[in-house]
Amino acid sequence: MKLDISGKTRLAKWYMQFDDDEKQKLIEEVHAVVTVRDAKHTNFVEFRNFKIIYRRYAGLYFCICVDVTDNNLAYLEGIHNFVEVLNEYFHNVCELDLVFNFYKVYTVVDEMFLAGEIRETSQTKVLKQLLMLQSLE
Amino acid sequence: MPAVSKGDGMRGLAVFISDIRNCKSKEAEIKRINKELANIRSKFKGDKALDGYSKKKYVCKLLFIFLLGHDIDFGHMEAVNLLSSNKYTEKQIGYLFISVLVNSNSDLIRLINNAIKNDLGSRNPTFMNLALHCIANVGSREMAEAFASEIPRILVAGDTMDSVKQSAALCLLRLNRTSPDLVPMGEWTARVVHLLNDQHLGVVTAATSLITTLAQKSPDDFKTAISLAVTRLSRIVTSACIDLQDYTYYFVAAPWLSVKLLRLLQCYPPPEDAALRSRLTECLETILNKAQEPPKSKKVQHSNAKNAVLFEAISLIIHHDSEPTLLVRACNQLGQFLQHRETNLRYLALESMCTLASSEFSHEAVKTHMETVINALKTERDVSVRQRAVDLLYAMCDRSNSKQIVAEMLSYLETADYSIREEIVLKVAILAEKYAVDYTWYVDTILNLIRIAGDYVSEEVWYRVIQIVINRDDVQGYAAKTVFEALQAPACHENLVKVGGYILGEFGNLIAGDSRSSPLVQFNLLHSKFHLCSVPTRALLLSAYIKFINLFPEVKGTIQDVLRSDSQLRNADVELQQRAVEYLRLSCIASTDILATVLEEMPPFPERESSILAKLKKKKGSMNVPDIDDSKKNMNGNGNVEHNNNNEPNEVTTKVYVRITAKQNCFEPGFKHCQSRGLAHIFSKIVPGFTYVKLKC
Repeated sequence: MKLDISGKTRLAKWYMQFDDDEKQKLIEEVHAVVTVRDAKHTNFVEFRNFKIIYRRYAGLYFCICVDVTDNNLAYLEGIHNFVEVLNEYFHNVCELDLVFNFYKVYTVVDEMFLAGEIRETSQTKVLKQLLMLQSLE
Repeated sequence: MPAVSKGDGMRGLAVFISDIRNCKSKEAEIKRINKELANIRSKFKGDKALDGYSKKKYVCKLLFIFLLGHDIDFGHMEAVNLLSSNKYTEKQIGYLFISVLVNSNSDLIRLINNAIKNDLGSRNPTFMNLALHCIANVGSREMAEAFASEIPRILVAGDTMDSVKQSAALCLLRLNRTSPDLVPMGEWTARVVHLLNDQHLGVVTAATSLITTLAQKSPDDFKTAISLAVTRLSRIVTSACIDLQDYTYYFVAAPWLSVKLLRLLQCYPPPEDAALRSRLTECLETILNKAQEPPKSKKVQHSNAKNAVLFEAISLIIHHDSEPTLLVRACNQLGQFLQHRETNLRYLALESMCTLASSEFSHEAVKTHMETVINALKTERDVSVRQRAVDLLYAMCDRSNSKQIVAEMLSYLETADYSIREEIVLKVAILAEKYAVDYTWYVDTILNLIRIAGDYVSEEVWYRVIQIVINRDDVQGYAAKTVFEALQAPACHENLVKVGGYILGEFGNLIAGDSRSSPLVQFNLLHSKFHLCSVPTRALLLSAYIKFINLFPEVKGTIQDVLRSDSQLRNADVELQQRAVEYLRLSCIASTDILATVLEEMPPFPERESSILAKLKKKKGSMNVPDIDDSKKNMNGNGNVEHNNNNEPNEVTTKVYVRITAKQNCFEPGFKHCQSRGLAHIFSKIVPGFTYVKLKC
């Protein structure tokens, strides 16, 4: 999930079934929990029966909700890997890129994460694939 | 406005988004959206058939509007139509729309499944991936029914492209999670395991996730994966950077795949085959060694990736719990992290060490870090880090350090976050009981708990201290004296009044000889708190009063006056009224012998599993909570603890009540109103553990 500081969701990807009201509530809760934290806190927060791994990049929070047994640092770097791909794909990505090309961001997500697991980690491979897709009509 | 990519333009979409962003108010936004919705609706209904590009554009706009938070109730048909386009950009938008706005209309579902079927069979990897991603994202039962048998075939087929295999593996994983009964694994198992040998590390990554989930449900079926995983891991860990170019991240070789392989291995015990086992041990040693080498990069990404693998390796070492050298090395490594600059690492080290503490091989090594952990408790600024420190102290506690650890936890409790107080109270109570050599220390600790965090001392905790005092003759006098002194405080917590009331009721005679704690003084002390207490506490105090009448005939008159007063006899609360009435009557009619028998000292409680431990386990859910094992000091000094999970609230007070009014046959816990049938028919039933007397009136 990518959250604006003001709480606007730029992208949310769900790997479990929730109805729309539940989703909204979850988003608000995550926003509340994550935005009160600062540098002295860890990048991990307990959240219901799960945990959230998050990192802030300029005005955006990137959050991933995982099982308590998942590897925190692996997902923290998973986020960073994803952000580096976005950066490369959109040429020094900024928030507006993600807004105007929202439908493409989903494609990037699906290249790197699927069914709630990490799908591909090689930036080279992901970017190659994205550029190929970009060339298609 | 940032440059829109040349491929698919969709200028209209960009303009619309701009318009929305320029809206100055919520009303303006809604107005603009409604205008657009009307426009799209008319285009969709229009006579002219829309071309693919326009359809795509409008469906995309609808999606954008939905993602802003507005409801969309049309467009599904058009989105489904896009699925049958042979243009990627159109298909992609169609799939995206139906994945985000999942619709349960059965006709639509049929059409969607049809489109997916076509794409899966198209031999076009891009289209196949779109279809697979859609199934993985939606994961509905209908999709599972339609495709669960097709996907494994795609996954293992020789001519499937690598990227399609990746998607198929994870798609299968999703279906297995949502509809496990529909996913036939049997015939595919061997070939799925074989994917671990694939050249393409992305395929291996996806396959490892799939196998791990399947192995958790049926480990035996996937045993063959172990050796492949070890071999693969070994090759990654010992490889030079150049070998894994695409998968090297900040000088760390395939970190995510390594983590996944280590995770897979945690589904199994250490390998039986000696050669394999030693290869794995070598691998783990290499990982531990790398942690000690100077870093190849100063960037935090490098250290995070490296440490991700390290922590997972340590997790595996702990899970196997079989190699003392590895365990001790892991402990030392974590010990170093305890003082690291980065909060993340200190947090993870504390968390990981907690599990290490329960292994017999590393328990002693963990204890050497006690001072550091205590320091963390005092100085860490993130409350979740402090909480991990508490967990670790609890885990490393044993006979040698229990006094110190309990003292530190009590001191932390004074300033702890309210949200974690109850847990700390439970833990202190468990430790104090488990490691008490001297039960006076135990009593002091519990009373301290009540003093510091009374609100968070649950019933299980104070029942327990009473049970223990009743069961141990040697601490009864001390308990009476200590609660008496504690009650002198001007403001004491109600839980203290409960404990004090009960203990003085049972053992006040042990300190009555001293004039400072004479019967009258004790009674006045208790009664001074009476009106400040809630109904259950007052009920308990009334029981204490009748016990006093038995113990101290000299105060009988005073107590009877209190019982006789209107505020008791006409109390609005039925329970209090009943007790006052009955106790008064009992005190008037019963001879001293009868009274003594009825109000005889409580017999020892039978052994059961501690309800405190049960409560803590319930709170922590899946967390590892050390059991009170047979090294625990037994209360009666005989036999083993029975493990029955009977959680009986109000056990203590009920027993008292039952003794007096068993005639009412109310043996249920709690303060229920029972029909009073007069004191004439006391004790019609035998209850184990009590002696009975029939009263004739």
